[in-house]
Amino acid sequence: MHDVSAHTDGKMTYFWVWGALLLLTAVEVVLAYKQILQPVRMLQVLLVLSVIKAGLITMYFMHLKAELPRMRWLLTISVTACFFLMWVFFFRDADRILTLGVK
Amino acid sequence: MATVQHVVHDTQGAYEPSLFGTYSKKIGMWLFLASDTLTFGALLVAYSYGRVSNPAWPTPFNRDSIINATIMTACLLSSSLTMVLAVMAGNRNDKAWVRNWLLATMFFGAAFTVLHAMEWTKLIVVEKMTPSSNVWSSVPLFGGTFFTLTGMHMLHVTIGIIYLGVIALRKKFLPVLLVLWALGFFLTPSDSVFHLGIHVLLIGAVVSAIVLFLKPKDYDANDVEVAGLYWHFVDLVWMFIFPLVYLMSTKV
Repeated sequence: MHDVSAHTDGKMTYFWVWGALLLLTAVEVVLAYKQILQPVRMLQVLLVLSVIKAGLITMYFMHLKAELPRMRWLLTISVTACFFLMWVFFFRDADRILTLGVK
Repeated sequence: MATVQHVVHDTQGAYEPSLFGTYSKKIGMWLFLASDTLTFGALLVAYSYGRVSNPAWPTPFNRDSIINATIMTACLLSSSLTMVLAVMAGNRNDKAWVRNWLLATMFFGAAFTVLHAMEWTKLIVVEKMTPSSNVWSSVPLFGGTFFTLTGMHMLHVTIGIIYLGVIALRKKFLPVLLVLWALGFFLTPSDSVFHLGIHVLLIGAVVSAIVLFLKPKDYDANDVEVAGLYWHFVDLVWMFIFPLVYLMSTKV
């Protein structure tokens, strides 16, 4: 017999997470509207905020933090590695086009 | 802080204990979500590639579009809250509240889809944007990447609503789905993309009917939790689409 779903978060925790997600969304919208950052810098900031939001959703709403560490790490590392590979190859190429111009 | 009741499976003697300490249906959903992450990842990278490598990338989203997209985001975030409350109710074995929270989740999901469809209609009808052309710049790729990425997400939300409807209402959901399909089909103009797209509901009704009639069952807390994983994933993907597609292309 094994315990499979020990969700120990209470209702209030979920409301706090929901509030934090809405707040982060508001920050993103304000940043986009004020345009106080350069486009590339803004993209970096927005992606960092999105990763924080994704972390809150997976850890609290999807209860990944309640899973066994081996499942948590296997999923996180494999997906991150695939994204890293996509990022490395595609973005260097996109940047090359910007730097050198389209031939 | 309330503690949710643990769900315990007795598998002694029949199977080896799960390597990941949870039931197979949930592991299967996590694996599907990992693969779906790569599908959306590839689409997001494709969009970003075009965005970064084209200085003339169009920025068509004005104040109204951003307000609309922000409300859509709030709808999805609220749907995630109601979904997790449905999972909590499922663990308490409180079937009435499971159904209520699932219906609330479906409502927010439907609101998201309707707002998204309005945004698409504005871009197609008013701005004359197509997958291969737009009036704002000489970058035809914008329409193709935008419609593919957001269309794929809209499809996932629609499938999610059907999935939750099956869990919440079972066979009673089938006539609702068919009525929505008929209304959508007859009320949308024949040249609208949604006149064709509404057939997703018909396909969903057929698939749901096959599942519900061939394997009728009373969905339990684990089914609600697995459906919740799918729904939260749809919310999670939007957390990347919203800033990347809308906020990075604002027309202020």
